[in-house]
Amino acid sequence: MSQTVLNCGYVPLVDCAPLVIAKELGFAGEEGLALNLVRQPSWSALRDMLALGHLDAAQMLSPMPVAMSIGLGGLPARVDTLMVLSVNGTVFGVSNDVAADIGTVPFGDANALLSALSTRKGAKLRVGVPFHYSMHRLLLSYWTSTAPNLQIEEITVPPPRMADAVADGFVDAFWVGEPWGSVAVGQNVAQLMMTGKDVWQFAPEKVLAARHDWVEANGDASAQLMRAVYKASAWLDAQKNTPLAVEILARSEHLSMSPDLIDPALSGDIVTKQNTAPTPVGRFLQFHKHAATFPWRSQAAWIASQLGADVAGIEKAKACFRADLYRQNLAGIGADMPGASEKEEGALHFETAVASTRGHIILSPDAFFDGRIFDFS
Amino acid sequence: MNQNLRILVVEPDPERVRAIIDALKDAGWSDVKALAHMSALDRTVKEFAPDIVLIDLANPDRDTLEHISHATETSKRAVALFVDQTDDILTQAALSAGVSAYVVDGLKMDRIKSVLETAIARFKIMRQMQSELDAAKQALEDRKTIDRAKGILMRQRGLSEDDAYNLLRKTAMSQNRKVFDVAHALVTAAELLS
Repeated sequence: MSQTVLNCGYVPLVDCAPLVIAKELGFAGEEGLALNLVRQPSWSALRDMLALGHLDAAQMLSPMPVAMSIGLGGLPARVDTLMVLSVNGTVFGVSNDVAADIGTVPFGDANALLSALSTRKGAKLRVGVPFHYSMHRLLLSYWTSTAPNLQIEEITVPPPRMADAVADGFVDAFWVGEPWGSVAVGQNVAQLMMTGKDVWQFAPEKVLAARHDWVEANGDASAQLMRAVYKASAWLDAQKNTPLAVEILARSEHLSMSPDLIDPALSGDIVTKQNTAPTPVGRFLQFHKHAATFPWRSQAAWIASQLGADVAGIEKAKACFRADLYRQNLAGIGADMPGASEKEEGALHFETAVASTRGHIILSPDAFFDGRIFDFS
Repeated sequence: MNQNLRILVVEPDPERVRAIIDALKDAGWSDVKALAHMSALDRTVKEFAPDIVLIDLANPDRDTLEHISHATETSKRAVALFVDQTDDILTQAALSAGVSAYVVDGLKMDRIKSVLETAIARFKIMRQMQSELDAAKQALEDRKTIDRAKGILMRQRGLSEDDAYNLLRKTAMSQNRKVFDVAHALVTAAELLS
């Protein structure tokens, strides 16, 4: 059987795992795809390569296709989100100086941390984020918008340099994807204070994206890719596979990282401060369970509204989250999917069963730290 | 060609920096600053305010540069990118998509001048197009406000379209204001009263 060659861009972070597993464990090959993973040095380089047609598909930060669809930042291009690659998986940490300033705050308490930081004396808090159009940045501004006393300066720092940026005093705090938070703790320059989940319990983090015209012209290849990634995500979320997943990721040439760096993100055992025992964080990084891969149009709407889009922009954003293609391409392999393509974001405080194509599906809590609910229908 | 352009070169390798700066000086550009330490990128761009930034496509700090451009609204700044391979299709695609310039053949020094000229020309065209677009958008918005004000006068005062416009113009002249400002005030007042 001849294989379709597909160039897929990625940035080496632990949450590119579904792409690596799809390739290394043969899920892509079974679908007739020769998945060529192309490492990119920065998100803007990845975006340009996709927009210019040098990549067929790519791992992206979830706000990137939304920003591109509503015409914000960089090259204009219509980019579709085929599915979500991962949910949550980011950490917020502060320098040792700031940690000493604010005293003891329980790990994962977004409200307590916000008030502790607000009462801290001194200049603006300089916070490192990986990219302007990232969930990290949106969660940071959503979280701090309720604290007018807290002055934030957002600084873009490539994740591998985050620990050095803290050590140099260039940033006071950071919001970053794993393993770079753990690296900063390992170098004893910072303490982790919470995870992204503590601000929004179910935040789409990375997505699988492709140009709209490419998707239209390559229906078969998009379906093959989506099925391969869906199977990889299911494999990754099975707890018994975690040790093997760490092993495969560490050994593949795609992530040049040691198993020690990959393990915390996949196991959810996060060391928040040097010389302390790991804190187990439930649902730290999710690939599959609770319809994690489903591209909810309401997630796109939330992202667009945080980017300051108007009603027309929110509609464009919703259209680029291809829940329709997800249903069409994954129904045949027994993927269970929710009955609706939009939901109220922030309404679920517990695991909740909702109607699905096969009866019911359990959704994860998706509440925001301040209890607000967003209804975009 | 403006010879007083400020050029920032982002390149950690000292040998390449020296070669680039020499090539730029030979081409007549002397206001050049090189930056090796990435953590200073933010500050340097703000302080030095370069007209052009030369950066490697493969440099992870492109994201930082993009953020700075976004934060300081420097769509007035050209960013020229180096790529380390000859790829005419990519160059063409990048140019037509609005990326200021790609240096093909990596850092072939004799090409830097022409690449910079392309980047500058490209960035001038982009800036002009942007300001023309902004002006056209503004004119359209103004037009809409004036039409709404005319409509209000036609309804409330029973005037014809021409008379409504003449009244707006007369009022504007007597108050030494723009027709748009009078129309805008009228529309705002009508919204408050409705």
